[in-house]
Amino acid sequence: MSKFLKNRELLLVGAIAVLLALITWRFPPFVAPANLARVYNDTSILIILALGQMAVILTRCIDLSMAANLALSGMVAAMLNAAYPGLPIPIVILSAIALGTLLGMINGALVWKLDIPPIVVTLGTLTIYRGLIFLLSDGKWINAHQMSDAFKALPRDALLGFPVLSWLSLLMIALVFLLMSRTALGRAFYAVGGNPHAAVYTGIDVGRTRFAAYCLSGALAGLSGYLWVSRYAVAYVDIAAGFELDIIAACVIGGISIAGGIGTVAGAVLGALFLGVIKNALPVINISPFAQMAISGTVIIIAVAVNARAERRKGRVILRKAEAV
Amino acid sequence: MAETHLTPRHIPDRLEGRGARLLKSWESLLLVVACLIFLGNSLASPYFLDPWNLSDATFNFTEKAIIAFAMALVIISGEIDLSVASIIALASTAMGYAVQLGFDTPVLVAIGLAVGLVCGAINGLLITGLGLPSIVVTIGTMSLFRGLSFIILGDQAFTGYPDSFSWFGQGYVWWVFSFEFTLFVILAVVYAIVLHKTNFGRAVYAIGNNQTAALFSGIRVARIKFILFLLTGLMAGLASICLTSRLGSTRPSIALGWELEVVTMVVLGGVNILGGSGTIPGVVLAALIMGMVTFGFGLLNVPGIVMSIFIGLLLISVIALPILWRRARRRLQH
Repeated sequence: MSKFLKNRELLLVGAIAVLLALITWRFPPFVAPANLARVYNDTSILIILALGQMAVILTRCIDLSMAANLALSGMVAAMLNAAYPGLPIPIVILSAIALGTLLGMINGALVWKLDIPPIVVTLGTLTIYRGLIFLLSDGKWINAHQMSDAFKALPRDALLGFPVLSWLSLLMIALVFLLMSRTALGRAFYAVGGNPHAAVYTGIDVGRTRFAAYCLSGALAGLSGYLWVSRYAVAYVDIAAGFELDIIAACVIGGISIAGGIGTVAGAVLGALFLGVIKNALPVINISPFAQMAISGTVIIIAVAVNARAERRKGRVILRKAEAV
Repeated sequence: MAETHLTPRHIPDRLEGRGARLLKSWESLLLVVACLIFLGNSLASPYFLDPWNLSDATFNFTEKAIIAFAMALVIISGEIDLSVASIIALASTAMGYAVQLGFDTPVLVAIGLAVGLVCGAINGLLITGLGLPSIVVTIGTMSLFRGLSFIILGDQAFTGYPDSFSWFGQGYVWWVFSFEFTLFVILAVVYAIVLHKTNFGRAVYAIGNNQTAALFSGIRVARIKFILFLLTGLMAGLASICLTSRLGSTRPSIALGWELEVVTMVVLGGVNILGGSGTIPGVVLAALIMGMVTFGFGLLNVPGIVMSIFIGLLLISVIALPILWRRARRRLQH
């Protein structure tokens, strides 16, 4: 039992199960497989973003600019599509990812080369990226009728019964899982966050690793930019405003330590799903959607309190802690 | 980060004199920037130098600056409070609710301050009592506090504040000096004295530089941090009174995004985001700079979001430039 309580991911699965049970008690159809698939699909973008944020937080940094990056990349993808409707969609997606990566590289370079604290860098780039959208679009909206059908259809197209959006998020989970567990870079993320000094002595370039983490979060934000804009079929300055906090919330709920070095892909995914279930359940169990913000705030505080207790109980066995994940 | 540098620190043979240090300080650089912006504004617009116009310009930053003073102390002590804008929203909502119940100005002010204090106490308890990282706690309470105002207000708004209440945001103490600006000046002096001339202020620096060492030298770290969060909550309550009174209405989205502007103001003022250093005069100058830049741009009809690009660039460049400057100098010396 105590082992169960110490395992953050199992605890989170338990919490989601309890949540689902409570919702079912009020509104049984919610747990129908088709509906759960819809909830997953609705949470896909948050999952993709949380994966990127996780890599950054693991290295003791933070990326507050992800939502702004998403909005800017999404706007550029929409404008590309509106200006050249004939352009193949994969090229549009690739350019959104490329732009997102570039914006992530700017964050990473400022952190790496200039040693500016990450929170200051991304606070600054958050407002700059948002402002750039305004300059680019002149404050105008790109509406559904300006986008080509192929552009809007891709995330919705069904593949083996599930939308492409869901498949894409599953693909990203798999890729990031492989990156984290099977590559030197993935292990470096943990090493840098766990103990930067020790990382330097083992030959890891701390700055370069952080730069790589920002590139990853930028690339995933760019991909999400296209997905967001095509899914909701609209692009304007304020899309996903404030979403950066949801992304961090998903990570915190998923047990990723803000102090770096601790966290798993499963945790990030479950944290995002937890928020996704709440968001989708509130309207059907007759709780005002306005309550969502207060609920996610409370959940964040509870999650961080629970995680802090779990971390403290482990004591000072730092090496094993880093190995266990 | 800094810890990856392995080069030994350069120790000078003799310390520079007071005057030389003052000249080279961050604050004097800010002062030069402030003067340049002031000059630029007065050249760009013939209306800028009018005393009433300058008085109007102060409304741009006074409310944020009031919070920035307390935030500076929190950041110097090595913590951060991202929930301040949400405290403004919750305090404003509580005051609006009290108006619907028929309460008059003194009660409204008391409610605004009390909500600020309670929110600050919640932050403080979670951070010092449970030992949680302040950045995550205040991201949580940021959602919680604003979420509560959304629950109470939904898409509605509270209006109908009593006439006497409007004095806090619209009234003048003497000639062109508004209540808000007077409050800003008084609080600047009070905070400067508290931070730079009292044991409490020294303790705040000590905690920010080395929390463990501070604890072992007998400083009550948890208590002082709790007081700082309480103070930030109180200042947010005060700012909420001013802002609500100035706008005359409350929506749940009131002061949205202000936490970032307040933090920008503090960092621009030369406070180290990692804690341990910074001054109140620096924050005052940063407040003036940000206020004048946004107001000057406003006179030139530059849209608000373009101003925010400028603020973002300012934030990054004021931190990056000294680093680049130091590096260039080191390269020249070798």
